[in-house]
Amino acid sequence: MLPTILLAAPVSNDWITLDFPSLAQNFWSATFDGLTFGSIYALVALGYTLVYGVLNLINFAHSEVFIMGCYGVWFTLSFLGFGPSAPNLDIGQIIVNLLLAFIVAIAASALTAFLLERLAYKPLRKRNAPRLVFLITAIGASFTIQYLIFIWRGPVPEQALTMFKPTPIFDVFGTIIYSDQLIIVCAAVIMMVVTDLFISKSRTGRGIRAVAQDPDTATLMGVNKERIIITTFVIGGILAGAAALFYVMKIPSGVVYNGGFILGIKAFAAAVLGGIGNVRGALLGGLLLGLIGNYGQILLGNSQWTDVVAFMVLVLVLLFRPEGILGTSLGRSKA
Amino acid sequence: MSMSDGPKPLHTAKSEQIDEDREAVGTPPGSSSAARRKGKLFGAWSDRWAALPRQKQWLFLIVVVALAYLLPVINPPFISTEPGNDFPLACQLMAIYALVAVGLNIVIGYAGLLDLGYIAFFAVGSYTAAMLTSPDSAFIKIPYLWTIPVAMAVTMFVGVLLGLPTLRLRGDYLAIVTLGFGEIVRILATIIPAMKGQVGFQNVGHPPGVGADGIPIFANSNGTPWYWLTLTILIVILFLVGNLERSRVGRSWIAIREDEDAAETMGVPTFKYKVWAFAMGAGIGGLAGALMGGQVGFVNNQKFDVVTSILFVAAVVLGGAGNKVGAIIGGALVAYIPLRFTAVAEYKFLIFGLALCLIMIYRSHGLLAARQQLLAYGQKAYAAVKKSNDAKNAQPATNLGEELSK
Repeated sequence: MLPTILLAAPVSNDWITLDFPSLAQNFWSATFDGLTFGSIYALVALGYTLVYGVLNLINFAHSEVFIMGCYGVWFTLSFLGFGPSAPNLDIGQIIVNLLLAFIVAIAASALTAFLLERLAYKPLRKRNAPRLVFLITAIGASFTIQYLIFIWRGPVPEQALTMFKPTPIFDVFGTIIYSDQLIIVCAAVIMMVVTDLFISKSRTGRGIRAVAQDPDTATLMGVNKERIIITTFVIGGILAGAAALFYVMKIPSGVVYNGGFILGIKAFAAAVLGGIGNVRGALLGGLLLGLIGNYGQILLGNSQWTDVVAFMVLVLVLLFRPEGILGTSLGRSKA
Repeated sequence: MSMSDGPKPLHTAKSEQIDEDREAVGTPPGSSSAARRKGKLFGAWSDRWAALPRQKQWLFLIVVVALAYLLPVINPPFISTEPGNDFPLACQLMAIYALVAVGLNIVIGYAGLLDLGYIAFFAVGSYTAAMLTSPDSAFIKIPYLWTIPVAMAVTMFVGVLLGLPTLRLRGDYLAIVTLGFGEIVRILATIIPAMKGQVGFQNVGHPPGVGADGIPIFANSNGTPWYWLTLTILIVILFLVGNLERSRVGRSWIAIREDEDAAETMGVPTFKYKVWAFAMGAGIGGLAGALMGGQVGFVNNQKFDVVTSILFVAAVVLGGAGNKVGAIIGGALVAYIPLRFTAVAEYKFLIFGLALCLIMIYRSHGLLAARQQLLAYGQKAYAAVKKSNDAKNAQPATNLGEELSK
C-alpha cells in the first residue's frame, strides 16, 4: 500500500516477512481462535447491517454502542468483586455471573443505541437531511461518545478482570478447544439464528424488511417507520452488548475508551464481506474475517496485522465484489 | 435516498419556488442557495463584498494578506497564545491546518465525498519527507524542498490507489475505507521495521539558509520563517484551487456533489472527476504533511492518530463545506482554540465532535455558508441574479404595503 514499499524492494526483509512454518504449526489453534473472534465480529456486524438496511447509513457510532457494553460488563464484574486472576467458582455461579453481566451489557448498549438514534439521527430525519450530513453526524456522535468516556474514565485501559479460567473441553486435530471459545461461538450462533428468525418470521421483522425495501410504501401500508427504526437500533444494540460480553471474556484488558474503534471497522468489513444488509451474510463475513485475520496475523508475525489484513479484505471485496459474498440486501431477502 | 435535491439551474423566474422546495427537502452542506437564507450570520458581509469593485477587493485582500504575514511579528495581545505556546509556532500550525482544510475542502466541500482518513495522507507526506532527508533512513537523500513535490506525487498516487476501488461505489464506502486507512497507516508505521515505529526519523531536512548567528533560518523552533513558507504555499494553492473551482473540473465536482446521477446523465464522467478530487485533496494533504514533518524535524508513528482526521473534517464543516475562506478560518480555529485556551485543550476532541453533530443538525452549512454553484458561473452572473432576485423579493413587500394603505 505504501509506495515506499515499492522503492524499498531491495531491502524487503526489513519490510514484511512471511512465516509459513509458524502458520502450519498453529493452523488449528488459529482456526478456532479465528472462529471465536469471528463470531464477535459477526454480532457487531449485524448492528451495522441492520441499520444500513433500514436507514442506508453507516452508523459509525455503533463501535461506541459496543464499547458501552464492554463498560457495562466491566462495571458488573468489578461490582461482583472479580479481580485479575480467575476465582474458583462452580459452574452454577459462573452461569449466574455471566447472565448478570450479559443483562447489564445489553442494557448499556441498547440504551446507548436508543439515545444515539433519538438525539442524533432523528432530528436529521425530520429535516430530511442528505446523506453526507448523516455521515458527518454519525462520525461526530461517535467521537462525542468516545471522548465522553475518555473524560470519565481516562486514557488508561481498565484493569483486566477475568470471570473464569478457560478449561479444556475436548480436542480436535490435536488442538485443545477451551470452554470460553465454545461458549462464545455457540452463544453467538444461537443469537444470530434467533435474530435471523426474528427478522424473517416475526411481525416486527417483517416491518424491518418492509422499511428496508421501501420506506415510503411501507409507511403507506401502515408500518410505523419510526418505531421500526428505533427497534432496529435497539436490536443492533442488544447484539453489540452480547458481543461486548464475549469480547471482555476473550480480551479482559480491552476495555478502553477507544477500544471499539478498530473492532467497529473490522465488523463493518465483515458486514461488507458477507453482503451488507444481509443478516446471514454478517455471520458468514464475521467468521471468514476472523479466520483470515488470524491466519494473516500468524503469517506476518504481529498481532496488529489482523487489523491491516481486515482492512485489505474490505478494500479487495469492494474492488471485486462490492455486493459481498451473499449479496442480497435485507429488503430483498425472502419473505 | 439521493444525495441531493435536484438540479440547480441559475435562478430564473421560478427561483423562489425552487428555494422553497429546497428548504423543504434540505440541502447538502456546502450547497449554495438555501445557505443565503439560513446564513444570515455572514450573509450581509458576503453580499457587500460581492458588490465592491474588483480593485477594492484586491486592495482589501492585499491588506489582509499583509496582516497575515505580519501576524507572528506583531504577536497581538489577547490573540497571542503566549505564555504557554510559542505564538509563531502556533501560527505555523494554524497555517498547516488551514492548508489541510483547503485540501480536504476539495474532497468534502466540492465533490461531496467524505474522507475520514485525511491524516493518512498527511502521514504519507510527512514520512516521504522524512525518509528522503533524515539521516536515519536508508533511502537516497534529496534536498528538503524537493521532497515537497515528491511528497505530493506520492500521496496523490496513494490517493488514486485508495480511490479506485471505492469511488465507483456509493459515498459511504469511501467514508469507512478512508477511516480504516487512517488507522492502517499508523499501524503499518508501527509494525513494519523499516518505518521505525516509535523511534521514528530524527533530523528531518529543512530549507537551506543560515542566519547571521550560524543557526539555520528554518530551525525547528523558529516558527516565523516556516509560517511564511506555509502561508506562501497556502496562497499559491488558493489561487490554483480557485482557478480549478471555476474550471470544467470544478463545475463537474459541484455537479457531482449536487446530484451524482444527474451529473452522470448530463455527460459528466463522475468517476474520473471523483478520483481527481480525491487525488487533489490527497496531494494537498501530503504537502501539508511534508511541511509539518520539516518544521517539527521528527516524524514517528505517534503523530498521526486517526482522531486528528476528525478535527480536519470539523475544520471544513465548521467553516462551511465548499467555501475556501470558510475552510481557512475553520482550519485556523481548530488549531488555534486548543493552543490559546489551554484549559480546554484536553477536551478538544469532545468539543469538535460535539460541534460536528450540532452544526450538522442545526446549521448544516457551517458558519460561513458557501455560494458555490453560483461562483461556478462567475461573479457577474451572481450579481445579476442577485439583483433580479432582490427586485422580486421587494415586489411582494410593496404589494403588501399598498394593501395595507388601502
